Amino acid sequence: MSIEIKMPALSPTMEEGTLAKWLVKEGDTVQSGDLLAEIETDKATMEFEAVDEGVIGQIVVPAGTEGVKVGTVIAVMAGEGGTTAPAPVAKAAPEPSPAPAPAPVAPVAAPVPAPAPVPTPAIAPVASGNRVKASPIARRLAKARNIDLATLTGTGPNGRIVKVDVEAAAGVAPAPAVAIATSAPAAAAAPAPAPIAAQDFGIPHEAIKLSNMRKTIARRLTESKQTVPHIYLTVDVRLDALLKLRTELNASLASRGVKLSVNDLLIKALAQSLMIVPECNVQFAGDQMLQFSRADISVAVSIPSGLITPIIKGANDKSVSAISTEMADLAARAKEGKLQPQEYQGGTASLSNMGMMGIKQFEAVINPPQAMIMAIGAGEKRPYVIDDALGIATVMSATGSFDHRAIDGADGARLMSAFRELVEKPLGMLA
Amino acid sequence: MSEMYDLIVLGSGPGGYVAAIRAAQLGLKTAIVERENLGGICLNWGCIPTKALLRSAEIYHYMQHASAYGLAAEKISADIEAVVKRSRGVAKQLNQGVTHLMKKNKIAVHMGVGTLKGKGQLEVTGEKGMETLSARHIIIATGARARDLPFAPADGKRIWTYRHAMTPPEMPSKLLVIGSGAIGIEFASFYNDMGADVTVVEMMDRVVPVEDADVSAFLEKALTKQGMTIMTGAGVEELKTSATGVSAKIKGKDGKIVSGEYSHCIVAVGIVPNSENIGLEALGIEQVKGHIKTDGLCRTNVEGIWAIGDITAPPWLAHKASHEGVIAAEAIAQALGNKDVHPHAMDVRNIPGCTYCHPQIASVGLTEAKAKEAGYKVKVGTFPFIGNGKAIALGEAEGFIKTVFDEATGELLGAHMIGAEVTEMIQGFTIGKTLETTEAELMHTVFPHPTISESMHESVLAAYGRALHI
Repeated sequence: MSIEIKMPALSPTMEEGTLAKWLVKEGDTVQSGDLLAEIETDKATMEFEAVDEGVIGQIVVPAGTEGVKVGTVIAVMAGEGGTTAPAPVAKAAPEPSPAPAPAPVAPVAAPVPAPAPVPTPAIAPVASGNRVKASPIARRLAKARNIDLATLTGTGPNGRIVKVDVEAAAGVAPAPAVAIATSAPAAAAAPAPAPIAAQDFGIPHEAIKLSNMRKTIARRLTESKQTVPHIYLTVDVRLDALLKLRTELNASLASRGVKLSVNDLLIKALAQSLMIVPECNVQFAGDQMLQFSRADISVAVSIPSGLITPIIKGANDKSVSAISTEMADLAARAKEGKLQPQEYQGGTASLSNMGMMGIKQFEAVINPPQAMIMAIGAGEKRPYVIDDALGIATVMSATGSFDHRAIDGADGARLMSAFRELVEKPLGMLA
Repeated sequence: MSEMYDLIVLGSGPGGYVAAIRAAQLGLKTAIVERENLGGICLNWGCIPTKALLRSAEIYHYMQHASAYGLAAEKISADIEAVVKRSRGVAKQLNQGVTHLMKKNKIAVHMGVGTLKGKGQLEVTGEKGMETLSARHIIIATGARARDLPFAPADGKRIWTYRHAMTPPEMPSKLLVIGSGAIGIEFASFYNDMGADVTVVEMMDRVVPVEDADVSAFLEKALTKQGMTIMTGAGVEELKTSATGVSAKIKGKDGKIVSGEYSHCIVAVGIVPNSENIGLEALGIEQVKGHIKTDGLCRTNVEGIWAIGDITAPPWLAHKASHEGVIAAEAIAQALGNKDVHPHAMDVRNIPGCTYCHPQIASVGLTEAKAKEAGYKVKVGTFPFIGNGKAIALGEAEGFIKTVFDEATGELLGAHMIGAEVTEMIQGFTIGKTLETTEAELMHTVFPHPTISESMHESVLAAYGRALHI
């Protein structure tokens, strides 16, 4: 008896993923709970465990295949006592009739080596060996524009490539739409941003394939800048008191193995500021606004493949030591690409700190659907007026970006002021 | 506390009841709320009973022209009461059919007037009193009704809406029809065939103004030949009723006002959405002139509230409502966690329209003028029924089929037909459009002989200079 192993949905919203790596090979015996493969979703790489026991009969989707739809058969396992002979993929007996080859995967970006034992269709396949489902107009347009249909993802029924898909790939505006209902946002799966045709001007270059994470970053930041009217408010904040407190706290926490960073304290300060000015702890949602009763702070963490924002949930209620411990764990796992979706999806506001890179001040892009992000610059000694005399103080510039649809400038200013107050008089954070 | 439904559909017309059935098929616990008749206007007071009336008129027409087929029919007469009775019988049969379908699909039917009382809450006031229903999702499918003339509201005696015209108190002798859209033209055609002296007044410069201009011109000629008076570019300025009839002052194309005396008048100047008193405002549901704004999956701006059919954007057609019902039900099932449904937004350019006058009209997609307006360079083919063997054999050689293609891609942009049986044929082009066929597949298709549908093939061939029978 053979068991089909299907592409799992590793998060509630996952529709497809990249089969990054197989951890087993054909002929391997696996126990329930053994790791089968690593699967990359838009933000994380996750391990996929075996549910049943048996012998891996055949690997259907090779490692490195992108855009594998959830539910696609990726491997076939011979059940207990089964043979190791590769089981045929298609359930139907492979008749010599010109039945079209069952396409195991919806159109995938990379040319997939055709799975071995499937009957080849009598009619010459259109592209890359797999049958490509596409409408006649899509085929004609693709031919005229010299686009390989096998590189496209179809949005029609069952992944069929239709006219708009080719037009999107060609980077042209869809044909003139006439009296399209009242429809405002094109529903369904919002199409990915139309690929931009690369122009190399003959300059020597290397084309680097976008990772899923890079694609997600590109899409979300474009969406944010195009749809969210940002306003930016900057304050200079004296850090001396906070640095002193941190030193003292670290001395007493050393025995517990906790070492607070400035950032940990700033997470707490932002969370508490959002509680003081709840008008800024919001989400804009078209006809309404959500005002959150706790502050979940998404903290930008730079990782080799891009950026991810693990969340400190309820940071307003957590002690700075708890925040520090949690943050260290999240950052470490983020760098390994091992975060679970619920650990980076959500958040009521974000914090991005580029101080350690020597950036004096910057404006961050809001992370939708959140309505604010705090950008932290480097703490540096600056000439500073203290009691009407010029002195030296450690100062950093902090800039809040606010979604102006939801937050008025005055409320933003109140938040910045509350934040400065807490950082400059940091004992308030411990209370 | 009442039980919690997955879905409540407000209104049981062709949009609402279809949405409820699809939802039930997908395993959703579904209820439907209806204030009057299951099946709504379409099958009680609209599409279906009018088709029954028009069928009687058609047969009467053939009887009167029996000699053209070598037959004799004598002492022919029409009994309007019996004709209406048959039409009501048909409506009743279908109404019972919907009742059965609700039962079969285990859909809870709540008869009464429904009002939204916040998200997921619907208050129903029926004969048995008031109850409050709760649901995760609500579809609004309350439809629309006939628009009245502000200066002469329909009274059901002398001034009729479609609804009065369907169960007339008596046979009109001299009928004025205001408006030449599908509804106006169908009743004009029916009463003309039944023997009334019919005048049609249309404000636009041509009859059936949403259709291709060639179709309008052809229809105007055909109706005039049948004895109707057609006044285009004209408006009714005044309408007064008396015990014996209606007197109208009509401003003609030339600006001159003519007075006319009629026994009855049918007002068919459009529809108004049934969006009042159902609680849309309190929930902040966005509307455009009373029609609810929706996206491609029938979502309103308020989460959990959906809208389909005539209460939303045009075209205001039963089959558009039904299809939206299916889309909305599937999108709701998906929102509730069903991973096996994949709702797809509908393209309004692939929704066909049919008018059952004599000759019939059917069309889908862009007219030649609209296609050019949209910036397409077009290829147009026209094939007249006089070149079609079956049409001649039927004695129905009046009509033509016109197709409009995008020259650049070969995409079928629109198809426009007038003549016998065209309402049964338009789905061929609609399938083609939905599958995104080009002229090539249509040319490769084998059409059966002898059928009027061969004219569809010829029309496509004609667009590329390859028609065989002209």
